[in-house]
Amino acid sequence: MSTILIIEQVLNGLQFGVMLFLMAAGLTLIFGVMGLINLAHGSLYMVGAFAAAAVAGLTGSFLLALFAAMAAAAMAGVLIEMVVIRRLYATDHLDQVLATFALILIFSEGTRWVFGSFPLFLDIPDALSGPVTLPGGIAYPLYRLVLIGVGLAVAVGLGLLINRTRIGIQIRAGENDREMIAALGVDISRLYTLVFALGAALAGLAGALVGAIQSVQVGMGEPVLILAFVVIVIGGIGSIKGAFVGALLVGLTDTLGGIFLPELFKLFMEPGAATSAGSALASMAIYILMGAVLIWRPTGLYGARA
Amino acid sequence: MIPERLVNLVVLVGLLAVPLWALAMDEPFTITLATRAVIFALAAVGLNIALGFGGLVSLGHAVFFGLGGYAMGILAHHAQTYTPVAEWPFLIEGTKSMPVIWLVAMCVSALAALVIGLLSLRTTGVYFIMITLAFGQMFYYFAISWAEYGGEDGLSIYVRNDFPGLNTLVPIQFFGLCFALLCAALLFSAFLARSPFGLALNAARQVPQRVETVGLNPMRLKLVAFVISGVITGLAGALFADLNRFVSPTMFSWQMSGEIIIFIILGGVARLFGPVVGAVLFVTLEHFLGGLSEYWHIYLGALLLVIVLFARGGVIGLLAGRARLHD
Repeated sequence: MSTILIIEQVLNGLQFGVMLFLMAAGLTLIFGVMGLINLAHGSLYMVGAFAAAAVAGLTGSFLLALFAAMAAAAMAGVLIEMVVIRRLYATDHLDQVLATFALILIFSEGTRWVFGSFPLFLDIPDALSGPVTLPGGIAYPLYRLVLIGVGLAVAVGLGLLINRTRIGIQIRAGENDREMIAALGVDISRLYTLVFALGAALAGLAGALVGAIQSVQVGMGEPVLILAFVVIVIGGIGSIKGAFVGALLVGLTDTLGGIFLPELFKLFMEPGAATSAGSALASMAIYILMGAVLIWRPTGLYGARA
Repeated sequence: MIPERLVNLVVLVGLLAVPLWALAMDEPFTITLATRAVIFALAAVGLNIALGFGGLVSLGHAVFFGLGGYAMGILAHHAQTYTPVAEWPFLIEGTKSMPVIWLVAMCVSALAALVIGLLSLRTTGVYFIMITLAFGQMFYYFAISWAEYGGEDGLSIYVRNDFPGLNTLVPIQFFGLCFALLCAALLFSAFLARSPFGLALNAARQVPQRVETVGLNPMRLKLVAFVISGVITGLAGALFADLNRFVSPTMFSWQMSGEIIIFIILGGVARLFGPVVGAVLFVTLEHFLGGLSEYWHIYLGALLLVIVLFARGGVIGLLAGRARLHD
């Protein structure tokens, strides 16, 4: 087990983690501010990826594709917020789960209807493809480094937005007491739509960025959605900081577990059994992590005390 | 408004009449569809105890459905290959006997529900939903990576398992078996709702503090409800696997969990027959809309949205008016 391999896997884990953060940040904001559990967040991720693939196919520009992804996801977000989600703020979680589950069905089948069942492909732009050599002689794909950079930049930007701007103050106030800030003259329904659009755009961006290294297909959003749920449960629902820490923890656990657990098991088991036992345990590792965090802190690492 | 009891009776008689009619018309596929509806209904009757009576929105009930399925798959797989399930600490043989399989499925589900419930019930509301969802995924990925039992491809069973005195390969006989179990579960469910336990559980859902002040432990009430609920859904899973003679990780998938909730919502939450009506409606829609359009999930989604936004009581709510049991 060489140091190079370990560093590579840590970078992979970071890359996975920051992409999860883009998803989790939107989910946790939407839950924090509106008290809404949005299962359709994965659909917005998918919408972003499909918009990016379509625009990249038409124009050949990756940058345009990214903008298209964010715009399409934000528009889809605003649309569902105004038509459906808005009616759910006052209802219980069961209704929210069902209505957003219904939205997943509509989005998934609608996308399949428009684009067909076959995966689309979104290519990494030439300028970002190929490996770079890191200090220490490690060759690592440039695009993945860019993803880490973009993710960290969004995290910093979001932190500044929440902590330093007027809109951020309103969002934080909305988390604490929505009646009070409405009474202070903030247009709460516009604020909700805005937060929803912001979360949707982040999901769309993540979908487009990840779509370039995986395939763009119907149903791509749900596995990520569930991991994003795990992230915000670990981090504490409503906390951006928690989402960031949780996303990195989950990204690293999942990536490193998949590589190192089978190796670890080989130390005391025969290789075949070790590989299957190790990979079985690795696929469950993040859920075990989540269970452990919850036993220790039932409201997550940075969650408000219940 | 039609009295709820009458609605229930019509549903039950109808559910029995359709396969009998199909038997007379010699249409075995319709009997299989009805069996599918009955098994889904049984799974949803199980979930309804947690979700409707206990207010526990579990988005991970596919865990029990899948465990039931795999209990059947693993036992029957070993029986058909004449290999033992385990040799240590003591010899466990595979079996093709349904009652034994059901017992194993229910015990395994109870154990899983106890562990998952103990962990998940530490949390409430949206955390509970997400945690049960995550447990579902955990089992799903475990099943996929468990190569010994087929991994992603699942396990096939050549012949349906045996029940003493019946030929389970005859569709109507297997239907009858499933129908009898559904009736038993409905009776049990009705009995539970009226029992002191059910009343306490209902109170614990509404005002846990008040239940606590009279000396009951709401957490324990909910845990027991969750375990009972898991056991019934697990039994349904074993039957479902036997119906298809096949079990695969999709039984653990979160779409499965979502669908079991949909059965309840289509029919009506916390109604005794809500899950039955919902499951029948779902299978009917699946069959007819699925025949009309490849994209029938769009219509299902739209229908679900309409019910959630405009018709809170589901189909039974539309027919029989507001529930007395549910606030």
